[in-house]
Amino acid sequence: MTGYNLTHLKQLEAESIFIIREVAAEFERPVMMYSIGKDSAVMLQLAIKAFHPAKPPFPLLHVDTTWKFRDMIRFRDEYIRDELGLDLIVHTNEEGKRNGVTPFTHGSKKYTDIMKTVALKQALSKHRFDAAFGGARRDEEKSRAKERVYSFRDRNHTWEPKNQRPELWNLYNGAINEGESIRVFPLSNWTELDVWQYIHLEKIPIVPLYFAANRPVVKRNGTLIMVDDDRMELEEGEQPEMKMVRFRTLGCYPLSGAEESTATTLPEIIQEMLLTKYSERQGRLIDYDQSGSMEAKKREGYF
Amino acid sequence: MSHQSELISTDINAYLAQHERKELLRLLTCGSVDDGKSTLIGRLLHDSKMIYEDQLESIKADSVKSGTTGDDVDLALLVDGLQAEREQGITIDVAYRYFSTSRRKFIIADTPGHEQYTRNMVTGASTCDLAIILIDARHGVVTQTKRHSFIAALLGIKHILVAVNKMDLVDYREDVFDAIRNDYRSFSANLSIKDVQYLPISALRGDNVVDASVNMPWFRGSTLMHYLENVHIAADRNLTELRFPVQYVNRPTHDFRGYCGTIASGIIHPGDEITVLPSRTPSKIKSIVTSEGELDEAFAPMAVTLTLTDEVDASRGDMIVGTDSLPKTDQKFEAMVVWMAEEPMVPGKQYVVKHTTKKTFGSVSTLLYRVDVNSLERQAAPTLSLNEIGRCKLTLTQPIMHDDYQRNRSTGAFILIDRITNGTVGAGMIVEQRAGDSRADHWDTEPASDKLATSASFVTPDERAARYGQKAVTVLLTGLTGAGKTTTAYALERRLFELGRACTVLDGQNMRKGISKDLGFSADERSENLRRSAEVAKLINDAGLIAICAFVAPNKLARRRAREVIGNERFVVIHLSAPIEVCRQRDQEGLYALADSGQVANFPGVSYPYEAPEKPNLVLPTHEISVSEAVDRIVAFLDKREIIA
Repeated sequence: MTGYNLTHLKQLEAESIFIIREVAAEFERPVMMYSIGKDSAVMLQLAIKAFHPAKPPFPLLHVDTTWKFRDMIRFRDEYIRDELGLDLIVHTNEEGKRNGVTPFTHGSKKYTDIMKTVALKQALSKHRFDAAFGGARRDEEKSRAKERVYSFRDRNHTWEPKNQRPELWNLYNGAINEGESIRVFPLSNWTELDVWQYIHLEKIPIVPLYFAANRPVVKRNGTLIMVDDDRMELEEGEQPEMKMVRFRTLGCYPLSGAEESTATTLPEIIQEMLLTKYSERQGRLIDYDQSGSMEAKKREGYF
Repeated sequence: MSHQSELISTDINAYLAQHERKELLRLLTCGSVDDGKSTLIGRLLHDSKMIYEDQLESIKADSVKSGTTGDDVDLALLVDGLQAEREQGITIDVAYRYFSTSRRKFIIADTPGHEQYTRNMVTGASTCDLAIILIDARHGVVTQTKRHSFIAALLGIKHILVAVNKMDLVDYREDVFDAIRNDYRSFSANLSIKDVQYLPISALRGDNVVDASVNMPWFRGSTLMHYLENVHIAADRNLTELRFPVQYVNRPTHDFRGYCGTIASGIIHPGDEITVLPSRTPSKIKSIVTSEGELDEAFAPMAVTLTLTDEVDASRGDMIVGTDSLPKTDQKFEAMVVWMAEEPMVPGKQYVVKHTTKKTFGSVSTLLYRVDVNSLERQAAPTLSLNEIGRCKLTLTQPIMHDDYQRNRSTGAFILIDRITNGTVGAGMIVEQRAGDSRADHWDTEPASDKLATSASFVTPDERAARYGQKAVTVLLTGLTGAGKTTTAYALERRLFELGRACTVLDGQNMRKGISKDLGFSADERSENLRRSAEVAKLINDAGLIAICAFVAPNKLARRRAREVIGNERFVVIHLSAPIEVCRQRDQEGLYALADSGQVANFPGVSYPYEAPEKPNLVLPTHEISVSEAVDRIVAFLDKREIIA
């Protein structure tokens, strides 16, 4: 490309940086949701770029359900907190934990609600954050095609379709009353391919679980689940076996489906993604709870 | 998602290298469900292999259940969420879709086409480079087509692709396509759109969408996908005037003060002389800071951090601009405003105005007119309701640094926010009138000074009428080029002079040699020339004289405005109705030939519509009668109406 042209990735990058800076300038207490996944990795990279040479002027927030992959927690603590030296808040719903809420005992829907959605709301209220960045993209799911970049939430962190504002040009309307907040999605216009290409191009470190390796898995309801620690209760006849697998999306290990794969490098991951016939959210078990479940979760305050 | 490329499986690194150099194109699709909009988008996604198997499986099931395409997969189901939208009660919505090819990444802003969704279309159009306007081949250019085109032009979209869809239902006939193209061409001449292309397609059957149609060998243009991949959009950006709205001031240490922001327009280098507005502080660029190191050059729309050579106290909302091209810094300006809220606009009420990175307060001081989005007519109106568009004067509490929207989207756009509800209630596009601005439309411009008094003359119109023996009227001779307007006008002048009347002729020649010598021949400039001529005719009438005006005056609206300027009782319209074939034969200067070849643009009857007057005072078939016969009839008419005694 010659002359004064930006590649699509550079243009997406510039637009996302604009959004991140706009929020930092207009809100009193922004926070960046950090899920340790690939989208979070890109979002964080953009935040670092936006404020260079300073550090991002807001903390990161990780909602820890206590069921994340051990690799994820290691990556969070060793890379994000220690190596990058970023301000990281980790929040767990202690009440849920005390009551023994797990994906195995309460079912994925109730568990997700208590340990993710309720936990997130607790953290946002506790720190009185008025803007929370999230790494969601519009291409992830049909119901997200109309999501705003600034998604307005009322005092109860609830998303009301009627309260959403039109977004014209890059003139985002961040006007809120005391107690209300917004969720901000700087990666709205990125696709899964864009995210992977950017990680490749920028050499952004990601959790090793995205790469194929021999891991202990069991097949449950047609999905490969990794036995990440001894809390995983095996059902009758289940015997963990070692398989070359990787994860396309990361979450709580009992709810994340693994894919058999030999992709051990980024180009191979991208290759696999381009050749696959199934969309990204297939591996996420929580979407299958009920039809239109994404919509319902959004209303409740989950992303 | 099998992007159809051999490279993916054979050489992924080469594939990645290729795809890292893609450009981004944002486009808007306009049309209703009936025009096949969803089918077209579904087709683009499907044929560019952006549909996953699980998604395809689910729409295959839905096709059987609720589709309209029989055994075929109903591609519209990939994108149709309208029913769900209604259930959710979402009233403001634009759905964004993504697909890419090896050349470009595309973002489609998909908006419903109905009139009630004007605000959605405006929202979607605000970020787009290009609009696809869908026309059903069976119905041709309809009201909705005009509305969509007007909004696209208003929002500054430079490229319009008119896709004549459902060609399969009209047997792929070339004459159907040609007729629609000509229709569109004549109405769109009124709009300022840089680039209009026409394409016959069938979204359902796939003709000319990704693959060239075997059913339309007569069409030699490119396919829709080829056009989208190749249309040149880089030049649409303004790279000449540096505008850098300060977004965030970065001060990690005492010795670093960086101004973070996105370059709205222009190019910037270290050492460039800049001015910080509104303080008008001069300085120079010291460095362009990014996390990848300092840059030698940056341009729109890059997001960078600038440091300056001097200690300048700039803050968010200020603007760093090139010293050689300053924007206007003003609290008062005019703008086209689209109303986005259920609550109507209240002139005089204070709204929050967000423009670039600056927020201030302001109100609409005057609503000059409202535009009917269907007829494109201007109407007097006390307010703007939801989905209405009008030209407004605004007054802010603080000055903003702005440019004309059509020249600079970033510094010409603003939104209005309600102070109580916090909702975004209005979207504005600044109209800046510069001296010599060829696009200026002055019909509704208020005089620059508000201290002008109307002094009463000591000579009354009746006294003048008695002196000259005539009522002072303006006789407009309208008709195509070659209809005989100028010849008739001067013959009429001679006859009236001989009858002892006082009169004079205004025509394109004498106006354009003097008063209008700054004007060209665009639709707007033709309109402005007629406005000035009307003002001159008014002065001539005020002096008691008869003004004989020979102008094509092709536009109904412009003639009506001229009537308003001159006064209804003083305005006589005579239509010289020689048909275009006769006019072409008479054309000795070869103007029609120039118009046919495109060397003369907006030529009435060829590349611009001539709207014949609906109720002229007199029609003269100048292809059938002589000049003196024409003059006889005009004099008889003036006599009968007691204009000349």
